[in-house]
Amino acid sequence: MKKIILAACIALASGSAFAQSASKVDPALVDRYVQSMWSKVSDEWKARVKQDETQAICSATLNAPSAAEFEKIVAREKAAVVFPADGKVMGDWKAGLKVANTGTGGQFSDKPETYKGGNCYACHQMAPSELSFGTLGPSLTGYGKARKFAPEEAKAAYAKIYNAQAVMACSQMPRFGHNKFLTEQQMKDVTAFLFDPESPVNK
Amino acid sequence: MTDMGFKKMAGWLAALVLVAASCLPASAQQDAAEKEIERYRAMINDPMANPGFLAVDRGEALWARKRGAKNVSLESCDLGEGAGKLEGAYAKLPRYFKDADRVMDLEQRLLWCMQKIQELDTADIVKRRFGGPGVESDMQDLVGFIANKSSGMKYQPQVSHPKEKEMLAVGEALFHRRAGVNDFSCTTCHGDDGRRIRLQALPNFAKPGKDAQETMGSWPTYRVSQSQLRTMQHRLWDCYRQMRHPIPEYGSDGITALTVYMVQMGAGGEITVPSIKR
Repeated sequence: MKKIILAACIALASGSAFAQSASKVDPALVDRYVQSMWSKVSDEWKARVKQDETQAICSATLNAPSAAEFEKIVAREKAAVVFPADGKVMGDWKAGLKVANTGTGGQFSDKPETYKGGNCYACHQMAPSELSFGTLGPSLTGYGKARKFAPEEAKAAYAKIYNAQAVMACSQMPRFGHNKFLTEQQMKDVTAFLFDPESPVNK
Repeated sequence: MTDMGFKKMAGWLAALVLVAASCLPASAQQDAAEKEIERYRAMINDPMANPGFLAVDRGEALWARKRGAKNVSLESCDLGEGAGKLEGAYAKLPRYFKDADRVMDLEQRLLWCMQKIQELDTADIVKRRFGGPGVESDMQDLVGFIANKSSGMKYQPQVSHPKEKEMLAVGEALFHRRAGVNDFSCTTCHGDDGRRIRLQALPNFAKPGKDAQETMGSWPTYRVSQSQLRTMQHRLWDCYRQMRHPIPEYGSDGITALTVYMVQMGAGGEITVPSIKR
């Protein structure tokens, strides 16, 4: 029930004023435009614009899936979350700060070996001392402290970083672990940045 | 003022914003930072000091220059309002062209005219589509010149032809299409009012209105940080780069479809170009 209410809230929040035709247009037609826009790139790059089922549903519903679709996405994404083998979700908060602050990697202007950052600050407020933060996502200031540094909350945060849609279908947040954008160590370090009592996030 | 002057000023100003902001509580800091950025925008928004107008002048010369196998100028090119008529042409682009049986944006149409009227080899033009150090872009200059001829006018999106309607619907779908290693679509950043990425304000393009009007009305723009006049083709190329998507093909129908959609959202927006941005 909680999830259905959540889905309804998302539907209300993301309903666009214009959005009339997007859901009506033939997906095969859109696909033809996609193919032609990226006809000259390598197969590896082509694979990036091929949607998985979750991306396709979130796109078609403008991130407002039906309650049934919502449940299905969460179940599928949840089943795909891989926790660290040793069960430890907390890494080094200082390394996590670097991940949160870095926006390079994975762009066609980057070298393949360029360090990939999580760029958390692009969307979230984190340490109150950092003024340059985005507002696309909620503020995470005092995140661990507000959750009394509870280990099960840290585990939930790791899962959210690994795959935000395992918690909320069609969340705008990237599925960092699922899409193999960040490494397991990076995700542990970001979890520590959120949950370590010494982290500036909790100061 | 020189490009270097602009860059130095931008750097100095950014430092000033941080110093000024650090003395205040968080919300006041934010307001102060935004006010300083606003002041900086107003300061650089001076047509007499906008290097984008140099591109406009170069574009004017390119428009009249005889080139290609036929050794003729582009002056007989029909941008939608009649052969050689430039006033108001940009305000109605992209649009359907009967001779090509396609919907084209300004850049596609210019390439078409170069091929059909001048018989110019456009491979070199496309290679230099985005200017940079040591690379002068004919396309940036021509777009600057032609778009400037619609300055003071309002965007009038063309959506009567079935192919224009198709472009609009596909453009909207592309706008919302999530893909790639970060699951991003255009909506991720441009789907809500009043959002920021880091300190950069993000216009909402998911609905018609002020954000889209002001944004579309200010492109092409001279980017101080890049020392180049940039067109919407470049802006969308850069968006896909940041979205971790592959390089979109220059002058492809997908980019034009997105432009049709964005112009529709910005309908009625007043064109003041070239503008100048950080």
